[in-house]
Amino acid sequence: MPNLTDHIVKSFDDQLKQLGTILVQMGTMVESQLQQAIEALISHNLKQAAQIVDQDHQIDVLDQNVSQLAVKILALRQPMAQDLREVVSSLKISSDLERMGDYAANVAKRIPALPEIITNKQIISGLSRMGKAVQQIVKNVLDSYINKNTDRALQAWRQDEEVDALYTSIFRELLTYMMEDIRTIGGCIHLLFIAKNIERIGDHATNIAETVYFMVHGSHIQGERPKSDHTISNAYSNPTTKEKLT
Amino acid sequence: MSSTAKISVRQLQVYYGSKQALKNVSLEILPMQVTALIGPSGCGKSTFLRCLNRMNDVIESCRIHGEILLDGQNIYNSDIDVVTLRAKVGMVFQKPNPFPKSIYENVAYAPKLHGLANKRDDLDQIVMTSLEKAGLLAEVKDRLKDPALSLSGGQQQRLCIARAIAINPDVILMDEPCSALDPIATAKVEELIDELRVNFTIVIVTHSMQQAARVSQKTAFFHLGELIETGPTEDIFTKPQDQRTQGYITGRFG
Repeated sequence: MPNLTDHIVKSFDDQLKQLGTILVQMGTMVESQLQQAIEALISHNLKQAAQIVDQDHQIDVLDQNVSQLAVKILALRQPMAQDLREVVSSLKISSDLERMGDYAANVAKRIPALPEIITNKQIISGLSRMGKAVQQIVKNVLDSYINKNTDRALQAWRQDEEVDALYTSIFRELLTYMMEDIRTIGGCIHLLFIAKNIERIGDHATNIAETVYFMVHGSHIQGERPKSDHTISNAYSNPTTKEKLT
Repeated sequence: MSSTAKISVRQLQVYYGSKQALKNVSLEILPMQVTALIGPSGCGKSTFLRCLNRMNDVIESCRIHGEILLDGQNIYNSDIDVVTLRAKVGMVFQKPNPFPKSIYENVAYAPKLHGLANKRDDLDQIVMTSLEKAGLLAEVKDRLKDPALSLSGGQQQRLCIARAIAINPDVILMDEPCSALDPIATAKVEELIDELRVNFTIVIVTHSMQQAARVSQKTAFFHLGELIETGPTEDIFTKPQDQRTQGYITGRFG
């Protein structure tokens, strides 16, 4: 985005800045919630898990603050062009962040339900790898938002393919465990949901990358996002169906 | 492109004495559309508007170069009759300026002058239709003999619009038609502009960017005598290309 001078009306600048500050605060909290959720998962730390669940409402409150402030700016300032895009984008980014927070809390919520036997499996390290990859994407999109850097946004947008691939391999691994030992099914299903939740955090992060791109350029990213989630086609044994779905 | 344009302005340069008010402005004004001209004071937008029906002719020091084609014909050609031109390209001003006559007389004046009605009945018809089109008929039909100046500001402005459309022009120029009106009267005029664009080509100068955004399909941004950027109104207000346009419409000029 071109560097423009400040608004003639200074309080307008203050309000836009405030909007950005809340979003960054939300982003930082989501990042931390995700990181803690992965940590709690690896160490099976129930106390930490409970804390994460507790903290989620703080993100919800910030989401409401963003909505309120954005509506106020729209009503009182009637922003145009990049200002308008910034305000509208803040609403979308805030919903995405709020949702990402929910998913992180949901990961934490499932940790107590995991039996000890499962948490020892190497599957946890796969999940941890996926978690790290998603954290990197989240970090990149937040940076791209703060610096209005669309190269960073595009980078994050493409990184999600890796997460999809990791999710696919985790899906397959869990499937194998469940077939090997039916006693693990309950735990494995929780792990599958955890994997899915983390994967969804990545998806919402790519939404934010798209929004940042729109906010800066006023147009949308061209082309399809590369995807490597092949779990859907995996679920079918019929090869013709598989072809259609991929 | 120029074949479909109602008015084609080509490399228009306007000088007031030694001061250049418009620098090489080219713009296509499409038929049955509202084109909004925006820009800070002194940017040349009103000068541009006034060139379109040669209102600048009356200013002694004003010199004009370039071409303005109305339906393909240069309106600055020596064989153009300015009175006929202004009948084709009507104008509505910032402050409502009805004649100090009755409501009826205000609307009937130009059709009488141009000999558009032979009989009283025809003239009545023109007055009624024009008032109707201007959305004023219901409010004034029982008081057509009343002085026009007894109307409210908003009604006076709509009367001026009725007066402009009474001789069935092709183009209506509006120079900040709502800046002296309250929000309700403004909304009525804006609604009227929206209805009129079915039959007329409208060019409007406005200081209110929200108004330009609301009523126009095409927007042109002027700055320091130059046409900086023009395009579909939606694009100008959501993703302007030029930094100066961006700065102006987001309130960062200064």
